[in-house]
Amino acid sequence: MLTLYPILHSFYLMFTSSTLTDPGQFVGLSNLHYALKEDTRFLVVFKNTLYYVAMFVPSSLVLSFVIALMLSQRVKFLGLFRTVFYLPYVTAGVAVTILWGWIFNADYGLLNYTLSLFGIQGPDWLGDPNWAMISIVILSLWTIGNNIIIMLAGIQDIPETLYESAQIDGASKFRCIFTITIPLATPTIFFNLVLTTIGAFQLFTQPYVLTSGGPLNATRTVVMHLFTNAFQYGRMGYAAMIAWCLFVVIMVITLIILGSSKKWVFYGD
Amino acid sequence: MSKVLRKIRAKSNRIFIYLVLIAASLICVIPFLWMVSTSFKSMREIFMVPPTLIPKRPILDNYPKGWGYSDFSTYTKNTVLLAATATVGTVFSSAFVGYGFARFKSRLSGLLTVVLLGTIMLPPQVTIVPQYMLFHKFGMIDTYWPIIIPAWLGGGAFNIFLFIQFFRTIPKELDEAAEIDGASSLQIFTRIMLPTVKPVILAVTVMSLVYHWNDFFTPLIYLSTTSKYTIAVGLQFFQSAYGNIQIGQMMAVSLVTLLPVLITFFTFQRYFIQGIKMSGLKS
Repeated sequence: MLTLYPILHSFYLMFTSSTLTDPGQFVGLSNLHYALKEDTRFLVVFKNTLYYVAMFVPSSLVLSFVIALMLSQRVKFLGLFRTVFYLPYVTAGVAVTILWGWIFNADYGLLNYTLSLFGIQGPDWLGDPNWAMISIVILSLWTIGNNIIIMLAGIQDIPETLYESAQIDGASKFRCIFTITIPLATPTIFFNLVLTTIGAFQLFTQPYVLTSGGPLNATRTVVMHLFTNAFQYGRMGYAAMIAWCLFVVIMVITLIILGSSKKWVFYGD
Repeated sequence: MSKVLRKIRAKSNRIFIYLVLIAASLICVIPFLWMVSTSFKSMREIFMVPPTLIPKRPILDNYPKGWGYSDFSTYTKNTVLLAATATVGTVFSSAFVGYGFARFKSRLSGLLTVVLLGTIMLPPQVTIVPQYMLFHKFGMIDTYWPIIIPAWLGGGAFNIFLFIQFFRTIPKELDEAAEIDGASSLQIFTRIMLPTVKPVILAVTVMSLVYHWNDFFTPLIYLSTTSKYTIAVGLQFFQSAYGNIQIGQMMAVSLVTLLPVLITFFTFQRYFIQGIKMSGLKS
């Protein structure tokens, strides 16, 4: 119930010219009109955020699944590996983002130095509009330990007997991955897909600390735009409208995922 | 012959797996080592090409200088206090609400579960604007209340779910027996339920502590007086003021602020892992 009031209030706010101190007036859809016609950043921030989601979500799912799959092969030092992979996730925050700002440094950063060992001239990661968002994807991929552990738990839940009988039937290990592991892990993959997507749409700290949305607005996200409008300009009505647009986009994409899940998520018998 | 071949293939597969896992582990760890290394370097050595992993002339200067640049001791104190208060609230209220959901069935509980599920899907940013206005009305901007109060009122849908999951695994007979003995619902909750869900309590505690320690968005919007800043906000403030100049100091301070998280994580690792696994089960 405590969340319900803010939701309803937020819904009302989006149709007003409300500021922090002034309740403003009911202005109908003019916030939306302003967003589409006059606010040059509005569509850009949605495009940027979608670009980030489209790059980060699939790559994080594939990466975490592959690593979890490898961890499930009765490796030695499983506990140690798990700890190491989880470490970046636990520490994720401003401190680690500052650290990556230094790693991405074009001239003295660790990343470009490592690349130079292979004869590759690295880009100006955070300074180049074409690379800035990719840098943030790389940083985000570094912190997927959470997904790895959830995936691992999902894979480990698959009964051992299934593999045994498949092997008796002469199926190779590689085939088992596609005929047993992946189908039976689809509920876990689905769960990760939904949560990772919703989380990815809320990207804020990394671009805020690393690039403040630059260069040339290349990393300005929806939540940053909302933050600027609400808490720097005090335009609460407009910010509420941005929030609802974000919600609609997330909802539509989540519903698409949910709708498609009947086709690919396998729920026992 | 084919048996030997298969064995060789199995062996090379395993070697491949270990190589990938080790490479991935290095990618996870090296940034931290790089952080430690940079924090002990002088300005000159920081901007040296090629970079050194072990500083040639290690210096300690970056630590006191960076820490003294801004009032990081106060920020630390603020963050500890805030994280502790919010965590106690989160644990109590999410356990309480979770217990209610798991045990009390009414016509509304189905609907309430859907609402709860919805709030996980709902980005917090949708409600942040009216929430901010509400706290503004109460004159609570630039205080810790906007961070503490929500923690005491439910403590997040995610934590509630963890508790619901766990409470459901406790046999109802346990409550019924206590009820026959004349215990009230509240007594059942505090005397029987809470002790049995200790692993969840610990999992939620450590995760909430780390969450509040790392949280940036909420303190950023609500706190404006410098002396009230948390670590995360103070760090960002430091970074935007110094930019890319005092890298050694920035790494030193960032590293120190990570230490409590690292210590908590290494001490209570088991509970972190358990918490995540339980969260994955709900699908």
